[in-house]
Amino acid sequence: MKILIALLGGVLFGLGLALSNMMDPAKVLNFLDFAGQWDPSLMLVMGGAIAVTLPGFYLILKRPYPLFEKKFFLPDSSAIDRNLVGGAALFGLGWAVAGLCPGPAVAGLASANGDIIAFVIAMLAGYRLMAMVQARSAA
Amino acid sequence: MYTATQFTPWSALGGGMLIGLSALIMLGFNGRIAGISGIVGNLPTSRGSELAWRLSFTVGLIASAFAFLQLAPAEALTIHVEVGLPTMIVAGFLVGLGTKLGSGCTSGHGVCGIGRVSPRSMTATLTFMLVAIATVFIIRHVLGVEL
Repeated sequence: MKILIALLGGVLFGLGLALSNMMDPAKVLNFLDFAGQWDPSLMLVMGGAIAVTLPGFYLILKRPYPLFEKKFFLPDSSAIDRNLVGGAALFGLGWAVAGLCPGPAVAGLASANGDIIAFVIAMLAGYRLMAMVQARSAA
Repeated sequence: MYTATQFTPWSALGGGMLIGLSALIMLGFNGRIAGISGIVGNLPTSRGSELAWRLSFTVGLIASAFAFLQLAPAEALTIHVEVGLPTMIVAGFLVGLGTKLGSGCTSGHGVCGIGRVSPRSMTATLTFMLVAIATVFIIRHVLGVEL
C-alpha cells in the first residue's frame, strides 16, 4: 500500500506542477523578476498548496502516527544555523540562474529535454557530493 | 528577449492545491514529507523499502508530467529553457549542493515546512526566495544579461 500511496503522491504532485505550468523555467524566472514582466503565478501555486497543507497537517499531526507507518518521519533538527541559511542561499542562487527547482526539474525529465536532463544529473551530483562532505565532517 | 508569460491564477491555484493534496497523503498515510530534493537525492543510496517508495513517487511524478505533455493542448504546458547547457549544469549542481546542505527545497521547506509552521522552514524559504529574487534582479537589470 505504501508503494501505491507514494505512486499516487508522485502523480498528484506531477499533475499539480504541469497544470500550474511550473515546469516552465520562464514562468518561474518571471515570478522572481519583480522589476520585469512580473508573473505572480508561482505565488498562487505556493499559496494554494499551503492552503491545503496548513489545516491538513494540523489535523494529521494531531494523530499519534500515520495510517500505514508506526511513526511520522519528520526532520530531527529544529536548528536555524549556518548550514540551513547557507544551503538555502546556494539553492536560491541555482534556482534563479536556471529557473528550475528539484520538483519541476525531475518532472521535466518527461519532456526529454537535454538541458533539463543535464540539470538533473548535475543536481544529483551536487546532492551526493554534499552528502559525502557531511558524512566525512561528521566522522 | 526573455520569454514573456501570462499570469494564470486559476491553473496556479488548482495546481498548487494538487501539490498540497500530494503532501497530505504522503504525510497522512506514509508519514513522509513530500520534499522532492530529499526523495530524489537519496534515491541512489537507498535500498529495500526505502528505495521502493522513493522510486515509486519519482516514477509517478515523471509519468504524470509525461501524460500531461501528451494529452493536454500544447499551450497548456510550455517549457522554455532560458540559459545554455553549461549554465544549466552549474545551476543544477548549486541546487543539489544547496538543497542537501539546507535540508530542503521549495516543496520540503516551502510547501510542507510552512504547512507544519516550522520556523526552520520559514527561515529557509525566506532565504532562498530573497536570494533568488536578488539574483534575477542582478542578472537581468544590473548586469543586463540578454538571451
